[in-house]
This record gives sequence, structure tokens and C-alpha cells, in this order.
Amino acid sequence: MSLFPFLTILFLVQYLNKKLKGSSVYPKWKDIFLIVQFIIVALLVVEAVTSSRPWFNWIWNFLLFVSIGAVLKVHEFRKARPVIVAVLPMFFVALVEDSVKLLNRDFYERWDDYFSAATFFAVVWLLAFVFIIRKQQKAQEQELLRRLAEDAQNRIIAERKAALEIEVQERTGELLAQKEELEKIVLQLQATQTQLVQQEKLASLGELTAGIAHEIQNPLNFVNNFAEVSAELLEELKAGPLQNISESDKEYADEILQDLKQNLSKIVFHGKRADGIVKGMLMHSRTNTGKKEPTDINALADEYLRLSYHGLRAKDKSFNSAMHTDLDPSVGMVEAVPQDIGRVLLNIFNNAFYSVSEKKKIQPETYGPAVWVSSRKIVSENGTEMLELVIRDNGMGIPETVLEKLYQPFFTTKPAGQGTGLGLSISYDIITKGHNGEMKVDSKEGEFAEFTILLPLA
Amino acid sequence: MKILVVDDEADVQPLFTQLFRKEIRKGEVELNFALSGEDALSFLTTGISEVVLILSDINMPGMSGLELLQNIREQHPLAPPLVMMITAYGDPENLQRALDLGADDFLTKPLDFNKLKEKIRNIEYNG
Repeated sequence: MSLFPFLTILFLVQYLNKKLKGSSVYPKWKDIFLIVQFIIVALLVVEAVTSSRPWFNWIWNFLLFVSIGAVLKVHEFRKARPVIVAVLPMFFVALVEDSVKLLNRDFYERWDDYFSAATFFAVVWLLAFVFIIRKQQKAQEQELLRRLAEDAQNRIIAERKAALEIEVQERTGELLAQKEELEKIVLQLQATQTQLVQQEKLASLGELTAGIAHEIQNPLNFVNNFAEVSAELLEELKAGPLQNISESDKEYADEILQDLKQNLSKIVFHGKRADGIVKGMLMHSRTNTGKKEPTDINALADEYLRLSYHGLRAKDKSFNSAMHTDLDPSVGMVEAVPQDIGRVLLNIFNNAFYSVSEKKKIQPETYGPAVWVSSRKIVSENGTEMLELVIRDNGMGIPETVLEKLYQPFFTTKPAGQGTGLGLSISYDIITKGHNGEMKVDSKEGEFAEFTILLPLA
Repeated sequence: MKILVVDDEADVQPLFTQLFRKEIRKGEVELNFALSGEDALSFLTTGISEVVLILSDINMPGMSGLELLQNIREQHPLAPPLVMMITAYGDPENLQRALDLGADDFLTKPLDFNKLKEKIRNIEYNG
């Protein structure tokens, strides 16, 4: 019976082959397995051709022994060692059967059935193991499949997670950008609010100023008119009734008349002065009544720059200043009231020349007075085209504490009697209320002052 | 020449009287006063007056100078008196309206006496 050892060895070889498949040592063993299979097949054929001999069984037993030994001893087969349990009964049954057959033929023949039964059980044992191993393998394969599926799923989840991560980052970026934009808008709004409050304040101050002027106007007119009439009456008195009194009384009367006349002229002088201020104050109420016409602001700026300069030169021969104009002819015409804009320009130029002349008095040697005026076309924040006129001087500059009061009526830094403090406040009203423009100022004390006027072009 | 001065301020009266002192003494000018537009109208309707010139303020309580002007133009289409409006400084709106209503001339406050007298002299020559 050589079929069972043959099948056992074949099974072992196949089993090892399967176990080693995929490992690094497999190529080396693959050929050996092939050779072993070839040998046992050859052996089986030889045994079948040459009628069976008892020693043939011992060749099979030896081969089986070597196979089992190889599985147990070779390090690379250590994972396959449990399979030995499956083949060991078969090996022992064959060994015992063949031994008994050799030593005691009679005994063997008598117990032949038992040996057959033992062989049968060994075969069943082996088959059972084969079955179990198969089952285990299947379970392992299933496990492997499950793990592969799990891996695939994990990979999908990871990919989705990464995608989500990117999405979250994008969203976060968007939100951050929105937040920054909102913060910017809030700052802009705050600035606008402050500006509005300031504008409102200046507007109500302008109204108040005009209102006061209106109320003062009438009483002041009486003062002026009565003073004038009184002066005339004095003349009449002197030329008429007083001619008839005695010479000594006349002299006395003349003296008093002289004083009275002088007093009246003082009243008239200061009355006119107050009237001038009132007229200035009333300018606040008529900053948006003039007739607008297409106006060449460049020409106006150039004209008033010269006018202001020569005005100051007429008062002070020693005064001198450089003038730089950079007027862009492409700005074209602006709908404006020329006299009003002229008044604004004259005001700013006068201030500029006054400032540089004051500085020249302090630093007569080193300082070179200069006034710049430039114009250009710009597009404002809300997209409207505007003319930008910048007037700059390198004079005394404006202290920061003064900057916020600059447009308030009656605010002046000039000595008493030299300025009413109405110039810039009216200028501001003319530009903002009268022309829907903007007026800005920038300055550094001791270095420069720069006024910017923005007028809408459309 | 009869002149009617209309102004709610009573002090206008001594002022004008003193101003035209010489003319009044000589009998060249006769001044009448009204403290309101209503006063002025009733003065004009008494008929006895042959007012040649009316000097009127614009801003008055009650009937304003402009309404007075309108009334005069409606009630006296024949032999209309000359009406000179006195406007406050820097009041171009009222000036325009007075022109539209048929005012003959304007004076601005504070009154320039020389200019006023000159204008009156011109009326005397022309009228």
C-alpha cells in the first residue's frame, strides 16, 4: 500500500508550497518542491510497474520520515509545523505495519484487519485535518478580504476626512476674510460717524453764527446810522446856531464839538468794524445761494494765488515767497460759484502766505518760503470723479490742538483785529454745503500745512 | 415830496427826521411813518395823501414789506407811487421776489444816507 505515503508526502509538499507562497524564500524552495513531487510520482510509477516489493515500503517510510524531519527542523517551515500532527498517525501506522510485516508475517496476517482499520483511521485523521485546514484557510481568506474591505473603507474615510479638512480650511479662510472686511467696514463707519458729527457740529455752528449776525444786524445799523446823522447834526450846529455866540464861548464850544466829533467817528469806525464781522457771519447763511456755472478752477487758483501774493507784497515790501503750480489741464470745468470758490482760495492762499511770512520772521537766514498749488482728477471712494486741489505751504504748520477747531467760526490764531476767525469756517461751508465737496487738512507743526479741496466733477 | 417810511422799528422815525432835517425845514420833503404794512395801507387809503415815494422794510411782523408791495400794486394801478424796498444784507431771495412784485428800487441795510439822498434827488428831477 504505497498510495497513502505518496498522498501524505504530496499533501505535505503542497501544504508547504501554499504556506511559503509570497515569502522571500519561496523561489528557492519552489524548485525543491517540484523535484520532490517529481521523485515521488516517479517512485509510484516504478512501484506500479515493478510489482510491489516489501522493501519499497521502507523507501516510502524513509521519504516520509525525511519530509516530517524537514518540516520540524528547517527554520523556514516553522509556521507549517502544526500540520505534522495530521501526518504523524499515518507515518506511525505505516512504520508499525511494515515493521510487523517484516518481523512476523503470521502475526500480521492474523491482525491484518486491525492494521487496515488503523490505516483507515489515520487516513480519516489526515482527511479531517485537511478539512480543518481548508476551513481555516477559508476563514483566513475571508478575514483577509474583510480586512481589505476595511482598509478600503478606511482609505475612503481618510480621503473624505482630508477633503473635509480642506473644505473647513477654505471656510475658515472665507470667514476670516469676511471678519477682516467687517472690521474694516466698522472702522470706516466709525470714521464716517466722527466726520458726520463734526460736519453736523460745524453746520449748526454756521447756522448759529448766521442767526446771531441776523439779530445783531438791525441794532448795529441803528448805531451806525445814528452816529452818522449825529456827525451831520454837529456840522449843522457848528455852521448854524453856534456862529452867534461870543468868541470865548465859541472856542470852548469848538473844543467840545471836536471831541464829540471824534467820539462819533470812533463809534462809526468800530460800528463799521462790527458790521464787517456781521457780514462775514452772514456769509454762512448764503453759502448755497450763488449761481453755479462751469468754472475753470485751475485758472481761478492761478489768479487768486497771484492776487493773494501781490496783496501781501503791497502791505510788506520785504515779503517774498516761491510759488509752484502744478495744475492739470485735463480736469476741465467744474460746476461752481466762481466768487465763492475764489473767496475760499483767497482765504487759504492768504493763510499760506501769512504762515510762510511769519516763519521767515523767525528764521530770516535759512528759510525759503514756498507755496504749492496742484490739481488733478481723482476717483473718490464711492466712485465719483472729483477734482482734487491741493494747496501746501512750508510755513509754521498747524498744531494738532488747533486742527480740530480749524473750521469753527471765530476761531483764529492771529492777533486781535487781524483776523475774524470766519475765513476757514465760511470756506468750509462753501465747499461742503455750497458745492457738495470735501475739505481736508494735513499739517505738521513747524513744517507744513496742506489743504485739500475735493469738488465733484459730474 | 411826500415820503412814507414803513418800518416796525420806531427808532427809524427820529433817524429819518434828523437825516432830512434841512429838507423838511425847507419844505422840500414831507415824511410820514407807518409801523406796519397794515398801517401803511390804511394811511394810503385815506386818500388825502399824495405819497410819491414809499420806503419799506421787508421783514416786519404781520404784513411783510412784500405783501404791502403786492397790495399797493393791486390797489393803486393808476398814478402808482414809487416803492423802494429796504432789504437786509445778503438776502438775494427777497430781493428777487421784490423785483418780481414790481419794486422800483432797493436799499440795503445799513442805509447809506448819501446814496438814499441821491436817489431821492433823482426822483425829484425826473418826477
